[in-house]
Amino acid sequence: MTSGGMAVPGRARQPAESTPQSSSLADILERVLDKGIVIAGDIRVNLLDIELLTIKIRLLVASVDKAREIGIDWWEHDPTLSSGGRELAEENRQLRERVRALESRGTARRTRPVGERSKTRSQESAGDE
Amino acid sequence: MSDMLIYLYAVGGAALRTVLPSGLSGIGDAPVRVLVADRLAAVVSSVDPLNFGAEPLRRNLEDLSWLASTARAHHAVVDAVWRREPVAPLRLATVYVDDDNVRAMLHSREAAFLALLDRVRGRQEWGVKAFAVSDSEDEPDEDDDDDRKLGPGAAYLQRKRETRDRTSRLRGKVHDAVEDLHRVLAASAEHSRRYVLQDPRLSGHPPDLALNAAYLVEQSASSHFTSAVDHWRSPYLQVELTGPWAPYSFATLEES
Repeated sequence: MTSGGMAVPGRARQPAESTPQSSSLADILERVLDKGIVIAGDIRVNLLDIELLTIKIRLLVASVDKAREIGIDWWEHDPTLSSGGRELAEENRQLRERVRALESRGTARRTRPVGERSKTRSQESAGDE
Repeated sequence: MSDMLIYLYAVGGAALRTVLPSGLSGIGDAPVRVLVADRLAAVVSSVDPLNFGAEPLRRNLEDLSWLASTARAHHAVVDAVWRREPVAPLRLATVYVDDDNVRAMLHSREAAFLALLDRVRGRQEWGVKAFAVSDSEDEPDEDDDDDRKLGPGAAYLQRKRETRDRTSRLRGKVHDAVEDLHRVLAASAEHSRRYVLQDPRLSGHPPDLALNAAYLVEQSASSHFTSAVDHWRSPYLQVELTGPWAPYSFATLEES
């Protein structure tokens, strides 16, 4: 969609050969936050917070993927320093706005009693089939 | 100084004690150790309550650079042990106040953990994502002709209809390709899981993610599986393979 992505020949998503490579942050976050065994330890984090966090990370992972696609790791480097970064910075700004909107909605929701159903949903994570 | 908390990375059999790589360090470079409770063992390290107490943890999870380094450290420990001994990786930030509470948890869930470890023994997880290729169908339009025959208003509606039809045809072909890919890969795997695709309106992700799945594959069948991915071709999908991973997607406790 965006002109920034056009400069890249193809998207190189089909690996030429399937040798194990070092995993990208996006892939790691997807696994350690969304998958793996959930056990309520002694330190409990509010389930609604985890739900919001998961949404935030999904937003983030979306843009990390995007960043990788056009060869910029904005995670580690200031995106405004590299060419093409401006667009990513804009995209990130928009994503953050979405998070803010979700957050204010979440705050509003928190004032209401939490139903059993929404608890179950966030425990199961969005990924389960 | 307050007492340190105990962070859990993974649970495995008691043999973990003998296979843990020496000098392995985890979150905050703390030494990783193994806590044994009868037939089970947990891979743990000590973490600072100033970072992992309930309140600071909640704050830290919102700090993306903290989250990134913690996620990498968590994954690095899991990655260092799962190839030597079957383990069930835990979700990020599972924290106990002391070793005894970890052992008590292992005892209370021993049967479920042992069943799970049997399920993942000798197997590895591969992640597969498929993205729809949006420009894979080019049909010539006869717009000028339509304009003359139908008049501009009717021609406009006709074009809208054609676009809609083309989009739904393409969606059907992408859907068929996804089902075929999943069928082929699931046939080379012991278990598979498909994840719900996130709503593009929510994530801002381009709406082209058509499959997000994980496959649990016998170690001995891994090259068979990866070559099945490499050889599967469709004009409608681009396929991305990640792995092998510890069985993150298949580590679920089935408690009766």
